[in-house]
Amino acid sequence: MAATSDSYVMRPRPDNWLARLFDNKSFLIFICMLPCAGLLLLFLTYPLGLGVWLAFTDTRIGGAGEFIGLFNYELLFTDRVFWMAVWWTVFYTVAATILKFGLGLWLALLLNHYVPFKSILRAIILVPWIVPTVLSAIAFWWIYDPQFSIISYVLVDVLEWRTTYIDFLGDPWNARWSLIAANVWRGIPFVAICLLAGLQTISPSLYEAAMIDGATAWQRFWHITFPMLMPILAVVLTFSVIFTFTDFQLVYAITRGGPVNSTHLMATLAFQRAIPGGQLGEGAAIAVAMIPFLVAATFFSYFALARRKWQQGGDDE
Amino acid sequence: MFNRFTRRDTIKLGAGVGAATLLGSTSLRAAIPTNDATAPDLPIEDGAELRVLRPAKFVDGDEVLFQQNTEAFTAATGVPVRIDVESWEDLRPKTAVAANVGQGADVVLAWSDDPHKFADSCLDLTDIATYLGERYGGWYPLAERMGTSNGRWIAMPIGASGGRVCYRKSMINEVGFDAVPEDVDGFLDMNQKLHAAGTPGGLALGNAVGDANAWCHWLVWAFGGHMVDEEDNVTINSPETIEALKYAKALYATFIPGTLAWLDAANNKAYLDSQISWTQNGISIYYAAKNSDDQAIKEIAEDTYHARMPIGPVGQATERCLMVNSMVFNFTPYPNAAKRYLQFMMEHEQYDQWLQASIGYWGHPLAAYENSEIWSVDPKHEVFKGVIEDSLWDGYKGSVGEASAAVLSDFVMVQMVASVCADQATPEEAAAEAERRARRYYRS
Repeated sequence: MAATSDSYVMRPRPDNWLARLFDNKSFLIFICMLPCAGLLLLFLTYPLGLGVWLAFTDTRIGGAGEFIGLFNYELLFTDRVFWMAVWWTVFYTVAATILKFGLGLWLALLLNHYVPFKSILRAIILVPWIVPTVLSAIAFWWIYDPQFSIISYVLVDVLEWRTTYIDFLGDPWNARWSLIAANVWRGIPFVAICLLAGLQTISPSLYEAAMIDGATAWQRFWHITFPMLMPILAVVLTFSVIFTFTDFQLVYAITRGGPVNSTHLMATLAFQRAIPGGQLGEGAAIAVAMIPFLVAATFFSYFALARRKWQQGGDDE
Repeated sequence: MFNRFTRRDTIKLGAGVGAATLLGSTSLRAAIPTNDATAPDLPIEDGAELRVLRPAKFVDGDEVLFQQNTEAFTAATGVPVRIDVESWEDLRPKTAVAANVGQGADVVLAWSDDPHKFADSCLDLTDIATYLGERYGGWYPLAERMGTSNGRWIAMPIGASGGRVCYRKSMINEVGFDAVPEDVDGFLDMNQKLHAAGTPGGLALGNAVGDANAWCHWLVWAFGGHMVDEEDNVTINSPETIEALKYAKALYATFIPGTLAWLDAANNKAYLDSQISWTQNGISIYYAAKNSDDQAIKEIAEDTYHARMPIGPVGQATERCLMVNSMVFNFTPYPNAAKRYLQFMMEHEQYDQWLQASIGYWGHPLAAYENSEIWSVDPKHEVFKGVIEDSLWDGYKGSVGEASAAVLSDFVMVQMVASVCADQATPEEAAAEAERRARRYYRS
């Protein structure tokens, strides 16, 4: 024993500045995070910063701009089209999110029970989410076509329940609900699959205990399933709100903001003003105006929904 | 003509000219009269290659012949040319991005006033435009207006598509009309009768770049309204505009349901499905029907006729045209090759074939091409002949530039008309709103 310990000779530490530097824990952390930070700076912070800066300028496409302070925002403040877009974006997000979560949760609960061909069913349910948005948007565009809609065709020509074709996209409210329906169709799989994953983590023993105590199905849902799902619900909700709020493709492909701007989302309006319209500064200002909403939505889901006390059935302090 | 001639160039040029002569002598094509003019001396740069951005075809022949002519250019000069085709809606953003980042395309076949948005990035084309004008009987005034900025050619119109009334003769005969009335009152009367007979017409009122802009501008101009005056003061909120909007509402009442949602392709589809008796369009509907394999659709082609849009209280034709305005970015490393390319495409050996292959979808900007056989080969083509000669420009009566382009791409005119038709606004409110929106772009 003694021999071995004697034979162990500690190698002298090379005593130069580089080695000491790499021994420094904070420096190592810094070095390891650098690539990631670099990517974030380059691909997230820079474009975001550029967008914020452009919003303070009168840059037009193909030309330089000058700093004009808050002028773009002043213009937008008096712009009815912009306010309509803000209102509609919020409405679209709220309505679509409520529907997506209601139906998605329902679907997840169904799938969590024993159903035949479970795996195949789950795979099929993901299809709407996997299909490229533009493809499904074009499919919906045909479904909602004023002259060639399959729904109108079935109702009018096959079943003869109606005499006129449905004007899906010509009336503001029809167009709005049509778009919400398309968005919900696309968004349900994401919600359902995420919530299904959450459901499967809930221990069956909780349900068994509840059943022994005589809890009804509704009580089991409300006092076990729902609170246990809350953490994942908060995350999925945040993602879903962000995806919906920043939606672009569905609206651009189906209505292009029409009829008469009643379905312009902030994202489509920003694009139309900035790129085809050439008013890059103003478009950027519209895009920047989306940020407060997104930050608020994120804070709401994290602080309001993800509070542990509340999840565990306790009250707020 | 060229100061840096290589032997290969000479042979290729000779072969190209030879082939062209051969073609010319064997076909019965009407001759395009040309004047003597000297082409500018533009030696092609060593190793030149070009990237061209153009809008997607609406008629097949357009793109086929464009490609063939481009290949002929490559054969004659040895300059490889790559053509990128963009959908109509994407052309604007792509042009804008190319202008902004300074790369992506050397030559762009841009939409109407787009080059004016990037006037600082446009290569001066005055030399070839002057030459082509001298050689082919001069540019039409509208072409010159769209091509020049401060007396300098920054772009060169190569064609324009104009909307005309495209109608089913049998259907309007059915309600007692031999031809489409030439005045707006008679036109409304015809439409009310068509509506009552269950064969309504329809015009796009969605954010349709081509079709909705075409008829909404025609309408407002026909009643004497205009977005701006000669000094670019916003004048849209006028009694004339309000009259036009009242007329629009009456006309809209006769349309097939759903036109508020129509984008560019909708009227073509509805017409070819016999759901509407007329619409305003380029020649593409007729062309598609004529070349269809489906016998039923071929019969629609036989029944299809074209007429000018009716004339309103201003007493003159007020159609708008969608101009394809070619431009060369000044950041291209091969400016001479690019100019030579555009010049080559406009010479009659190439251009006339292209006009014919597009069967009148594109109207010509140079007067001599009115002798092209395309305008006489089928009497149904003739109404499209003067598209550039007779039309007004976007931003009428004011200047062509950033503000007019921005107003156009924000659909200010279309939405003014659509909001009245949709009962969302009274004509007075709609005109005031359009004025407010236009002022934002015409500020400064």
